[in-house]
Amino acid sequence: MDAYIQGIIILTGINLLAVLGLSVLTGFTGLFSFGHAGFMAIGAYVGAIFSSKLGLPFAAAIVAAAAGAGAVSVLIGRLTLKLKGDYFCIATLGFGEAIRLILNNWKWAGGARGWDNLPASVTIWNVLIVDAIAVVLVWNLLNSRHGRNMVAVREEELAAQMAGVNVFRYKMIALFVSAALAGMAGAFMGHYMTYITPKLFNMVKSTDLTIIVIFGGLGSVSGSILGTLLLTALPEIFRAFSQWRLVFYGLAVIVIMVGRPQGLIGGMELTPAGIRKIAAERRAKSALAAAAKAAEQGGEE
Amino acid sequence: MLNVRELHVSYGGIRALRGVSLEVNEGEIVTIIGANGAGKSTLLNTISGFLKPAKGELEFKGHKLGRQPAKIVQLGICHVPEGRLVFTNLTVRDNLLLGAYLRTDRKAIAADLEKVYALFPRLKERERQLAGTLSGGEQQMLAMGRALMTDGQLVLMDEPSLGLAPLLVKTVFEIIVEIRKLGKTILLVEQNAFKALEVADRAYVLEQGKVVKSGRACDIAQDPAVRAAYLGSKSVAGGM
Repeated sequence: MDAYIQGIIILTGINLLAVLGLSVLTGFTGLFSFGHAGFMAIGAYVGAIFSSKLGLPFAAAIVAAAAGAGAVSVLIGRLTLKLKGDYFCIATLGFGEAIRLILNNWKWAGGARGWDNLPASVTIWNVLIVDAIAVVLVWNLLNSRHGRNMVAVREEELAAQMAGVNVFRYKMIALFVSAALAGMAGAFMGHYMTYITPKLFNMVKSTDLTIIVIFGGLGSVSGSILGTLLLTALPEIFRAFSQWRLVFYGLAVIVIMVGRPQGLIGGMELTPAGIRKIAAERRAKSALAAAAKAAEQGGEE
Repeated sequence: MLNVRELHVSYGGIRALRGVSLEVNEGEIVTIIGANGAGKSTLLNTISGFLKPAKGELEFKGHKLGRQPAKIVQLGICHVPEGRLVFTNLTVRDNLLLGAYLRTDRKAIAADLEKVYALFPRLKERERQLAGTLSGGEQQMLAMGRALMTDGQLVLMDEPSLGLAPLLVKTVFEIIVEIRKLGKTILLVEQNAFKALEVADRAYVLEQGKVVKSGRACDIAQDPAVRAAYLGSKSVAGGM
């Protein structure tokens, strides 16, 4: 396969890991984060330590990256998950920037100059296999009663508490899952580019992830997948327009958000059952419209 | 069953409750009536553990109530919130099952689900629909059903008739009586004082965070001052 195409697929696959996690947090539990690049950064640096400094295999680096980012998320979650709505969002923004600045000044890990010569362990196959595992795990989590509880927290936090749901616990699970996946994505990123610098994990990266989740549609795993495919590929498709491509990217996002504020497929899933359900709703709607029209004409006569 | 003693609750500088005491006995329907901002919802939210009392004590079946909503649900107090707060993007069935979140006995949960469906046949018909597609009245029934699914003994109801058409208001109060027949005790907060006093055994009148009157519902309904203030009687209301 063309190395260029392979590269795009690998980048898409890496983004997908981070987006899947954020979909659990933002799409299903309703918490917005603007600091997920921070978790990616932790994953990237923990992964680098395990593979480069300790000489352990890539698989160990990936697991360590997920565990490291997950552990930090528990700490951050304890401090910030009690915050309501926008305040949590601002706290994550601060967290992401703090991580970046710490790494910028951490000489042992290369500081602002970055860390190079990481082993180039990422292949299209290990990315796609990990993606597939992540999709299956996230899908099963969301379709269990835990997924239902997360949606309840997103929909009506107070009512969820009234039903006895431990709201804090479900926010924590969502944050942990999203951070662990972002950490993995960070480690994949490092071992694909073989070079990491704190600048890679700035706020722009965080907002990119959030944009993909919203663009694909909140509360939809297939939406997040579709969003990742489109938004990672779009800048590449428009590459021929050189400096204009980011303008096209921005326009494409605006057009979709104006035309479909719920995102590409918000709240629905592109599975056989999901598609049947959408079709049934369409039919019911048009039948209702036809009935209303018939009644109207009947009234005129 | 429920004992509230000298309860004080403040929001920031505003003292919403200033020494409220009341009790609810098993099997009763007790109503709290009062104007907007009298502290009715504050009282229910404090009992459910969402607000922290500045002073005072809450006791339910001999247990002191703290500030952990989940624990309070487990003790057997369920809450039908003001404005219904159903989970709009979950199905009716999932909404009800969420009420049983803290329960583990699947057989008992299934049996209670059937009981709720028997009480609200409309919910059974719409079992697979998203709660957001229900009408206001149906959502109120769903919120009540969800509370019943917790298997709580004491049901707190916050303005169940708010924003409903007159015919549905009647239905809601009929349902409240039905719920009592299931062996539940009900603490009802209502602006529709007339209707509330009709179904209740006892009543408390709350004014600016204080209980100004209490007694049998039928006596309260006959009280001239209450009639003037809350029941729209012709006589002139007392000065504020």
